[in-house]
Amino acid sequence: MSLTLVQVIVSGLLLGAVYALFSSGLTLIWGMMNVVNFAHGEFVMLGMYSAVMVWTALGLGPFAAAPIAAMAIATLGVASYFLLVRHIMRGPMLAQILGTFGLALFLRYAAFWYFGANFKTLPDTLVGGSFSLLGIRFEGARVLAGVMGLAITLLLHVVLTRTAIGSRMLAVSEDATAAQLMGIRPQRMQALAWAMAGASTGIAGALIANFFYTSPTVGETLAIIAFVTVSFGGFGSVLGALVAGLIIGVVESLSAFYIGPVYKDVVVYVLFVLVLWFRPQGLMGKT
Amino acid sequence: MKRWLLWGVLGALVLAYPLLTEGSAVWQRLGALVLLAAIGASAWNIVGGYAGQVSVGHAVFFGFGAYSAVVVYTHLQWPPIAGAPIGMILSMLVAAAIGVPTLRLAGHYFSMATIAVGELVRVLSSTSDFLGGAQGLGGPAMPRSVFDLSFISAAPFYYIFLAVLTLLLGLTWWIERSRMGFYLRAIKDSERAARSLGVSAGQYKLYAYMLSGAFASLAGSLYLCMFGFVDPESGFGILISVKIVVMAALGGAGQLFGPLVGALILVPLEELSNSLLGGQGAGLTFVVYGAIIVIIARFLPSGLLSLLERRKVTRAD
Repeated sequence: MSLTLVQVIVSGLLLGAVYALFSSGLTLIWGMMNVVNFAHGEFVMLGMYSAVMVWTALGLGPFAAAPIAAMAIATLGVASYFLLVRHIMRGPMLAQILGTFGLALFLRYAAFWYFGANFKTLPDTLVGGSFSLLGIRFEGARVLAGVMGLAITLLLHVVLTRTAIGSRMLAVSEDATAAQLMGIRPQRMQALAWAMAGASTGIAGALIANFFYTSPTVGETLAIIAFVTVSFGGFGSVLGALVAGLIIGVVESLSAFYIGPVYKDVVVYVLFVLVLWFRPQGLMGKT
Repeated sequence: MKRWLLWGVLGALVLAYPLLTEGSAVWQRLGALVLLAAIGASAWNIVGGYAGQVSVGHAVFFGFGAYSAVVVYTHLQWPPIAGAPIGMILSMLVAAAIGVPTLRLAGHYFSMATIAVGELVRVLSSTSDFLGGAQGLGGPAMPRSVFDLSFISAAPFYYIFLAVLTLLLGLTWWIERSRMGFYLRAIKDSERAARSLGVSAGQYKLYAYMLSGAFASLAGSLYLCMFGFVDPESGFGILISVKIVVMAALGGAGQLFGPLVGALILVPLEELSNSLLGGQGAGLTFVVYGAIIVIIARFLPSGLLSLLERRKVTRAD
């Protein structure tokens, strides 16, 4: 295996871990209450702007920005749940699309109005530039985002599958009425799910902002990646999103390198449609 | 009797609209745009509203229609409208190709698959030299004959779109009452139940999808005739797909006039705010646009037309 190939695969894995992180919030909501949040990309976008604001106002890097973004987007998530999602989740699927897409437009153009249309980037030096290890070149910002992405996605998975609070959330997603009879408050659990999804999405945004341009419309691009990752992995499965994110990251890097950057998305979409054809429930979804 | 009078007055108003707004190009254009959007959303309504298969990738068909119209001009020098039937046939074939694998998917998975296919087509179109790449293609700059449909005023477009919309709504009305309409609604309520009663659900979903695709394609061709230009974003962009869904859902999906009502609200909201505030205030007006959609979804989850239904119910009590 040549060194270039290793370089391509490693950068793909790092990118994939970030995809996994910003998709895990979407899959959590989707799996738990069968709602697709069309404003998810805008949540990531606002997480990115949080990092930009922390940098311009305080001059601080991602270690200050990530917790601030987590809190901000978690608050936004809980507010969206109580003001909007709670009311539309029992309605027809179209009402969910209508409501969350309206929210997406609202947030996207509020950012457009407040921050302007210009792209904003953070300085490379914020996360230590780049370094070489065993002949492979690493960019500090991407390594930080990849490693944090992997760690937080795994943490989220552990919380959901191995803790009491995770079991309660699972109980609500299986049967809210039965869970209520067992003394669990469904609304509280669902609000918690929105808070967790918001926090992980906010962190993802704050990390991506270090190596990606920030603009009001960036959410649209990211949302499509998140939708594909989540359906690919199977909805509701954070582990599925992680595996799917890593696969998509590597496939994108490889096809960008061997076929050409324009075709990287084409390969991913074709792969996605093929997966749905053979496994309609996604890689790790329940049937 | 009163009802017929109401419909008569409404019909006369619709027919006379371009004459009533004779002096104002903005209002005439607005009327035409509402009808065009209503054609796209009503086409979607057949598969998305009646059959309950929420496609978020109808821009594929819209784009095929728009590109078919411009390609016959660029490569064959035909008038763009001659591309419309070609686009419709192509779209039905494409719908079959997309529908056979994806229509097996349930609920959200189908929606996500249509998004992916839409993005796939958009990216591919931007790499195709035949379709003009990322720059897109333009129609005839100077009209060569009346068939090029280059009009100074929007009034002729208004009547063309009105005729197409009437045809489409008539067809939908007929399907609604036919055996197929009952099948589609049964599939929407519960596909498993419909199948167990002997409805070949896969087949009827595919028919609905193909028909829907053909008319969405026609909307695309008409769009090109009016605007004379298309690029990957304005033809295949995800925003086109989402707008089509939002318009139908806002008015009332699965109802004959739902998409038209949605178009009547959203198109003027978007157009007027664009022309009144220009580039500067665009951000703020779309904030309001988004908020209005959220509020309607929150308080009228089944669309605006459900207000009428509610009144009917209370009257019957």
